Amino acid sequence: MVKLATPEQAAQKKATRAALGVTLAELAAEGLPVVAVDADLTGSTTTKKLADAGFAERLFNCGIAEQNMIDVAAGLALTGHVAFTGSFAVFGTGRAYDQIRNTVCYSGLDVKIAPTHAGVSVGPDGGSHQMLEDVSLMRGLPGMRVLVPADYAAARAAIRLAAATPGPVYVRMGRASVPCVYADDVELEMGRAYVLREGTDVTIVANGVEIREALLAAEELAGAGISAEVIDAFCVKPLDADTILASVAKTGRVVVAEEHSVIGGLGSAVAELLVARHPAPVAFVGVRDRFGKSGEFEELLRYFELDSAAVVEAVKRVLAV
Amino acid sequence: MDASPLEAEARSLRADIVSMIAEAGSGHPGGSLSCADILTALYLGGVMEHDPADPKKEGRDWFILAKGHAAPALYATLAHAGYLPREELKTLRKLGTRLQGHPDCRLCPGVEVSTGSLGQGLSIAAGTAAGLALDGRAGTVFTLLGDGECEEGQVWEAAMFAAHRGLGNLVAIVDLNGLQIDGATADVCDPGDLGAKFAAFGWDVTCVDGHDLGALVEVLGGAKRAGGSRPHAVIARTVKGKGVSFMEGQAGWHGKAPNAEELTIALAELQAAGE
Repeated sequence: MVKLATPEQAAQKKATRAALGVTLAELAAEGLPVVAVDADLTGSTTTKKLADAGFAERLFNCGIAEQNMIDVAAGLALTGHVAFTGSFAVFGTGRAYDQIRNTVCYSGLDVKIAPTHAGVSVGPDGGSHQMLEDVSLMRGLPGMRVLVPADYAAARAAIRLAAATPGPVYVRMGRASVPCVYADDVELEMGRAYVLREGTDVTIVANGVEIREALLAAEELAGAGISAEVIDAFCVKPLDADTILASVAKTGRVVVAEEHSVIGGLGSAVAELLVARHPAPVAFVGVRDRFGKSGEFEELLRYFELDSAAVVEAVKRVLAV
Repeated sequence: MDASPLEAEARSLRADIVSMIAEAGSGHPGGSLSCADILTALYLGGVMEHDPADPKKEGRDWFILAKGHAAPALYATLAHAGYLPREELKTLRKLGTRLQGHPDCRLCPGVEVSTGSLGQGLSIAAGTAAGLALDGRAGTVFTLLGDGECEEGQVWEAAMFAAHRGLGNLVAIVDLNGLQIDGATADVCDPGDLGAKFAAFGWDVTCVDGHDLGALVEVLGGAKRAGGSRPHAVIARTVKGKGVSFMEGQAGWHGKAPNAEELTIALAELQAAGE
């Protein structure tokens, strides 16, 4: 069983992005040849913390030039460094997709695409900045692993995992402060999903900030006599088929929840798995083929039907099939 | 140095380039022939420190082919330098080959990084130069861009970055052949005075005749030895399709393979040039 937060830890709220700079600084202090390459957002992404910790020469600020950022990271990786790239998810993936595809992935380089401010967590900045297609973009790339951590501790673990895994890895982080689910010193494994709550009537597969919503929904459903199993598929690729299939064999009904478009992300990954291995009814919680808009994070979760109430509704829908 | 043995190498490279493209039935002869002398100078003219027996040798100089479609020129050079059997050149672009249509570093020894999507090589080279500098390691990073490629905005992101970081261990060579797929660069979307542009971005700039092997060896070697705190741009004036009369200066030969008859003529011309 994966280590979960103590009640004191669970009372803390922290953004996953806050994990980036401090974890890179730790890795550097441990002797790993990590470097960070960013694009004028070193404060927002927290990569500046690497410089603050005494490793200023390991932080490369490219200015507002995301394509150059990715390929500079590629060059640093060629010379033996483990290169993490920053920027916001919308620019750090979409603006530089060709660089990630044709240089990082095609050459199989040790570049970790680790942008922050993904999903609707960037809130008031609006639809231009709310990246809802990044998991879809990254998941389609041969050789790319895709990690979507749920909280600060999981983000730290995901960054360490990315650094320890040869080749390209995508780590998706957000801006919003979210409650801690995992113990501070949790360790995560590549290709694993974790059952956070056991249940028998429905399987809720979620990741990122939707873990909190899924756990709240499961609690509410328990009051209504519905037993929901909650699985954290923080590793979208490679997906943990065994854990998900074992759960679905038991429940026969599935809800997938993600702070991402319903097209191409975790929902699609789970649906692909189930169609091939264990067909079962699935309901999707996610943004429905549209752009985001300005608003506070919590408001947007409700507006786009990503909150725990939406997960409860999806469970009821799928149980009615 | 005496350029004549090198000139013979360059002619032989050109013969290999047109032969392998003809055998493949597709490929990019124009831009491969225009840069054949530049590659000859780098790999065979003593400019680059490199070891075909140990392609990843510490302390080597690096080469990144930003204009990845000139892969036949790189493969022919690597074969002449001893990285590949020359016999293998005839496998270009065929299923199962190490010699992909554009360079694949996971297959071909001596290829530092996969390229082919234009505009990226200078950034990769700048990152490589920054990585060497970070660790205080020896080695100069050479990269070869097309002039049409300089229409890509990312080239100028990289130019700014390299100057800002003071990457004196970086040498960007522009193969200034004046043509791109749709015609003359000046007509398609004029990149303008590239030497002046690099200079304006804070680079040291040298112009050279890209078919004068003696001058290339001197200028490229000079840029490497100069080091310093400014990156080096070498603007090499070239002729697209150089060495094959009917390909010279013709945009139509950017990405077209010669047929058997055209190959015979091309090889005869290259042979005659050496006599």
